[in-house]
Amino acid sequence: MLDTSLSPLPPVVHGAGDPMLPVKTRIVDRKQETADTFTIELEFENGSEFTFAPGQFNMLYTFGTGEVPISISGTPGTSKNIVHTIRDVGVVTSALSGLNVGDKVGLRGPFGTYWPIESCKGKDIVIAAGGIGLAPIRPVIRHVMENRDDYGRFIILYGARTPEDILYPEELGQYKSNLDVEVWVTVDRADRSWRGHVGVITTMITGAGFEPEKVAAFVCGPEIMMHFVIMNMNRLGVTNDQIYVSMERNMQCAIGRCGHCQWGTEFVCKDGPVYRFDKVEHLFNIRQL
Amino acid sequence: MELRPRSFAGQLKADQLNSLIDALLDQGYRVIAPVKRDAAITLAEIRTSESLPQGWGDEQQPGSFRLTDRGDTEYFGFAVGAGSFKQYLFPSRRKLLDIDRHDMSMTKVEDTEKPLAFLGARACDLDAIAIQDRVFMGSDFVDPFYAKRRNECIIIAVNCHRPSSTCFCTDAGKGPECRSGFDVALTEVGVDDDHRFLVETGSEKGTALVNNLDLEATTEADDAARQEIIDRAVAAMQPALPDTDIPALLKAATESPRWESIAERCLNCANCTLSCPTCFCSGIEDVTDLDGTHAERWQTWSSCFTMDHSYIHGGSIRRIGASRYRQWLTHKMSFWVDQFGMSGCTGCGRCVTWCPVGIDIREELRGFAGDALEATTNEEATA
Repeated sequence: MLDTSLSPLPPVVHGAGDPMLPVKTRIVDRKQETADTFTIELEFENGSEFTFAPGQFNMLYTFGTGEVPISISGTPGTSKNIVHTIRDVGVVTSALSGLNVGDKVGLRGPFGTYWPIESCKGKDIVIAAGGIGLAPIRPVIRHVMENRDDYGRFIILYGARTPEDILYPEELGQYKSNLDVEVWVTVDRADRSWRGHVGVITTMITGAGFEPEKVAAFVCGPEIMMHFVIMNMNRLGVTNDQIYVSMERNMQCAIGRCGHCQWGTEFVCKDGPVYRFDKVEHLFNIRQL
Repeated sequence: MELRPRSFAGQLKADQLNSLIDALLDQGYRVIAPVKRDAAITLAEIRTSESLPQGWGDEQQPGSFRLTDRGDTEYFGFAVGAGSFKQYLFPSRRKLLDIDRHDMSMTKVEDTEKPLAFLGARACDLDAIAIQDRVFMGSDFVDPFYAKRRNECIIIAVNCHRPSSTCFCTDAGKGPECRSGFDVALTEVGVDDDHRFLVETGSEKGTALVNNLDLEATTEADDAARQEIIDRAVAAMQPALPDTDIPALLKAATESPRWESIAERCLNCANCTLSCPTCFCSGIEDVTDLDGTHAERWQTWSSCFTMDHSYIHGGSIRRIGASRYRQWLTHKMSFWVDQFGMSGCTGCGRCVTWCPVGIDIREELRGFAGDALEATTNEEATA
């Protein structure tokens, strides 16, 4: 049985005991991933270490512009580096995009529930990610790759809009070079350079060939994509208590108080963002909830 | 209703009400009480009982609030106004941080206000404060601003005996009798004749306060006088909510066409969420000065009736009015129970009175209950 409780980790409060107080970090590395997506690595100015579980997020603050919730994309555990892959889609993410190595970023976190990699030991791990949804799930991939003996089959399904939008292409290539890891990539719209899969991610699920009862599936992407992935998984015999999803909502406080992230009974910032799907199935298909 | 013997701390003659207010001022409190302003009853800081709306009453209907000049000596002869004590414990706008561009140093803005005394809180107000206590102080993350103000404040409640037509605290809340959550509770009796306040205490803080006052002893007849006030309030309120499991009713009604019919009337003005004494949503605003060297973070109330409330990149989750109204009512009466173990509604009626088009949540809930009953009957008929 998979674990039934995805309770949030005990809160780690860096801001002198106040979860609403951003702590100063400095950008130590920046990489442009695609036309609109970039990765920054942060370190606390005071040199402290940062611990997170895969799937958790931080609130990142840029001076005078505001704060955004951004999932953490580095290797889970404790380290000095805090890695965020961000798509430039709004005012704050655009401001973050304009920052360079040495610039300061305020950070609150980590917040939220996490992909249950520990309790999924021994399982066949199926990752299904769409677009920037690969970023919150990369910590799981890295963890499984570093602890390969703990897991069964490992299947990564990834869909991007175009070949140019494929995130972490080198890293995906490295994983694919392992003979016991399956990496399947598809694009919505191909160009002349692309000779791989074209079409939605669900078209690859049937070809993936896993043993349904052994699967733990981690799904992250647009809700419509998650909907069809889950439908296909179900069709192959994977039940909803084997599937985990990560939800996205407006988050301003990240501690379940500002109310913006409400999704029915849930405060996605603290009860989520990662949910075992059978727990939230009844909310998932209600439009505009 | 059975008459419970009261242990009154004593009684305060109505012309001595200022001695209570003075005692609060002497102890350093800002006294917040009902006043007559802008043709309505609202809350404001007062320094004397002369600021209270003595002799004034209110007539409230869905979408309507009218003051009535009774001309008697009663100080608290009305239900509740537009404002609630929420605005003092959880201000509509407050600065959280000052931030310098130079080194991005952040300075928290400390609360320097004097402790608050709430005079004239009704049972529904006490209920609302207890609900917000759960929201702001009941989780791992206690809101330090709220907790400070809340722990420092003193509550002088007054039993209500003139509920308005929009009141339904007997159905939704724990009123109209002030049973807990106060430091001192007053019952105003003998208006125009033997005008006085029967005084009860609910905490050590309250006892210490009234010990400083020149209280007179009560008589056995005062138990009945107090009960009469409560009974009058109970009798003035009609059963308003459907006799059913409302949280379950609303959860089953997420796809009901009734939301659309409400949305056709709803202006999305957010008045209900602003006047509601338990609505707690807030947003954070970041501003900079003109030369860009100094930034501030502000917390402001926000409302689930705005498109902004559920905005994520690419658009809002709740794009149509029906989904926003569904969020407000279902959260208040149903999801709130899952989140906090209690309903978010006190039955104060503010959302009914201050709705500019007079949407009455009691009527809407009865509508949903009627739909459910009809559906069950039809099913049985088919079977």
